[in-house]
Amino acid sequence: MTTIAPDEEALAAVFEAAVAADERIEPRDWMPEGYRSSLVRQIAQHAHSEIIGMQPEANWITRAPSLRRKAILMAKVQDEAGHGLYLYSAAETLGVSREELLDKLHSGRQKYSSIFNYPTLTWADVGAIGWLVDGAAITNQVPLCRCSYGPYARAMVRVCKEESFHQRQGYELLLALSQGTPAQHAMAQDAVDRWWWPSLMMFGPPDDESAHSAQSMAWKIKRHSNDELRQRFVDICVPQAEALGLTLPDPDLAWDPEREHWNFGPIDWDEFRDVLKGNGPCNGQRITQRRTAHENGAWVREAAAAYAAKHGEDKR
Amino acid sequence: MSSADWPLWEVFVRSRRGLSHTHAGSLHAPDAEMALRNARDLYTRRSEGVSIWVVPSAQISASSPDEKDAFFEPAADKPYRHPTFYDIPEGCSTCEDRDARLRRGPVPGR
Repeated sequence: MTTIAPDEEALAAVFEAAVAADERIEPRDWMPEGYRSSLVRQIAQHAHSEIIGMQPEANWITRAPSLRRKAILMAKVQDEAGHGLYLYSAAETLGVSREELLDKLHSGRQKYSSIFNYPTLTWADVGAIGWLVDGAAITNQVPLCRCSYGPYARAMVRVCKEESFHQRQGYELLLALSQGTPAQHAMAQDAVDRWWWPSLMMFGPPDDESAHSAQSMAWKIKRHSNDELRQRFVDICVPQAEALGLTLPDPDLAWDPEREHWNFGPIDWDEFRDVLKGNGPCNGQRITQRRTAHENGAWVREAAAAYAAKHGEDKR
Repeated sequence: MSSADWPLWEVFVRSRRGLSHTHAGSLHAPDAEMALRNARDLYTRRSEGVSIWVVPSAQISASSPDEKDAFFEPAADKPYRHPTFYDIPEGCSTCEDRDARLRRGPVPGR
């Protein structure tokens, strides 16, 4: 069927109208090149974060203190692999291949969340990651369920359902430690002390320094600004920390009755930028481990492809 | 041969007997059997389904959004395809009950 392609302006008008009406943009719809490339960047880096994020927690699978905790942790890491796959699939609807995205991850041309460059030093870190890191992820991701790009929004619906399991298990783990022996309580407090600030950095740079924010919000890829989500997260965490019997490592934390929000202290943005630049405690280790797994797995992938090709011939 | 040659598969899951298969997502796998196993692990970890179909994405043809009007418009100007287009005397017990008709709402294009 031949159709005369309407000019770009008319297509842009249809796109803008769909976004304005809160309709979803689907893979075969026309979209501005900037919208497409923004989404590829965001979804790919989201996918990479899930894949790299398996490492800090998997670090404790063999050392989990009980079979129950070990089974839970394995289920959680399995979920994260799944989230990576949902997200790579969503990115692929935008005309990129998973292969090329992985290549960009391995060569450092695409990033993953800064949080996964911090080490898991004790068992309590598994709880702090569940409560704070997954909690921050949920705060970020729930609004993405209404993202203007359909495949991303649908992936987020699945991811969010599973993330709430992660956050609850982390909270329960910390609660058990907090109410345990003094040594266990101290271990839980130490983990929260080390993960609190990096978790706040997960929301990205402050609004006045965020390069992509305004455009992403105009396109309804993002629904709330970085600072807005960060504030929401702090407001949720303060009472949760209290219920845990743990403190948050911020002397400036205070209820502001006028704003009806918790005020919190300044974030160390130099540290954030340094970690993003590759100078965090684990940047080198994380990417090396991923690259090694990929390279050492090459012969297995080749074997599977060769078997599939042979099998396909037999059938014919 | 590299893993770049692993094709993309679309996954459809039926959650219970009596319901239809619904598109769940997609994944890469070297062959149909691996696609099924991976789909089982990926999309039915929390007993979401009792039946899985996997289809190579390349086998799916999709309608084009550019043709949307020409393609789907005829549905709008044929209101007589809907049962509610037809007036039936009230109290006619052999027909569908009136409440059900009202519940379906107005006939498009009338």
